[in-house]
Amino acid sequence: MLKHEYNPHSTSNDDVVTTRLDKLVNFFSNTGPAWARKNSLWPLPFATACCGIELMATGASRYDIGRFGAEAMRFSPRQSDLLICAGRVAIKMMPVLQRIYQQMTEPKWVISMGACASTGGVFDTYAVVQGVDQFLPVDVYVPGCPPRPETLIEGVMAIQRMLDSGELKNSAERGRGLRMVVEPLVQVAVPNSAAELR
Amino acid sequence: MATQQEIIDILAQRFGDIDFAPAPLLLRGKLAGRQMHVRVPAGRLIEVLTYLRDEPRCRFEQLIDLTCVDYLNFPDATDRFGVIYSLLSLTHNHRIWLKCFVNDPNPTVPTATKIWKGAEWMEREVFDMFGVRFEGHPDLRRILTWDSFEAHPLRKDYPLRGKGERENYEVISRDSA
Ligand code: SF4
Repeated sequence: MLKHEYNPHSTSNDDVVTTRLDKLVNFFSNTGPAWARKNSLWPLPFATACCGIELMATGASRYDIGRFGAEAMRFSPRQSDLLICAGRVAIKMMPVLQRIYQQMTEPKWVISMGACASTGGVFDTYAVVQGVDQFLPVDVYVPGCPPRPETLIEGVMAIQRMLDSGELKNSAERGRGLRMVVEPLVQVAVPNSAAELR
Repeated sequence: MATQQEIIDILAQRFGDIDFAPAPLLLRGKLAGRQMHVRVPAGRLIEVLTYLRDEPRCRFEQLIDLTCVDYLNFPDATDRFGVIYSLLSLTHNHRIWLKCFVNDPNPTVPTATKIWKGAEWMEREVFDMFGVRFEGHPDLRRILTWDSFEAHPLRKDYPLRGKGERENYEVISRDSA
């Protein structure tokens, strides 16, 4: 991207970029820091239940969330900018989650991963939060129980698209609640009859 | 190892004035193993538990479990809450169950923490879930639910979805963060 759009002086066919410093500065002042941010999201894995296992799988070598620049999982809210809320949250846990969100530095985003974090899932009881978005501003909901790693990666990419669209605002300007829902990319053929299943 | 009947006989010998009403443990109306339970009135509970721990023929050193059952709408039940003690003797390898029935309002049982220190958290859980108070407990706070919670959710008359507690919580918006 740099090479073709902003590097008239390149003489190499390889992935080597040469440019003048002032042009580079110019590039960043045009695109804003969003371009850099979107490729280095630092997630905070708030994994409270089984969805956390799938989150770990997403971070591991087979699915490798590092391909999207989000492999630096940080357990300190001060070192992360993407809160991935994976799993059901008990009401007693809610103040902890809120504190963590408040301690994250701007700009920050929130992914609500899985049925439980988004709606409470099957845990419709007095002690379970029926969707963290009731108490927190959520940017992207990732459906599934648990979501496949591909779906979570699509959720991360949805955050990247938000950044791409250029409307990088801080939390106070973004408003609360739903902006995007991640649809599973692959359509699964549902058999109509038992015969088709065989 | 003493049989269940022997333990009950020892108890009946020592506490002739208590009606222990020994009965086998049932599971859906059928016998579940050979274990028995005895009823103990709340007023005599500490006496009986201490005796069971210290009597050389019993030696129940370990409080395996301390829990509670809400017998609201239970067929043939006469009392509401049954606080249940499960004891194990490591010396003799035998067990016994005790039930102590208490009722609304203000169900209260003396604490067993002075006999078995491990009773502390189990009593806190019973208090949290059923609202049974343990007299003399050193630190009777809620243990599982949050501090501002007011109900006792394992009572049979408490709705599964709560009474609005889960909805009435502070909301963090983009502005406040
Ligand atoms: S959505 Fe499913 S996998 Fe995820 S935390 Fe809930 S029950 Fe577990």
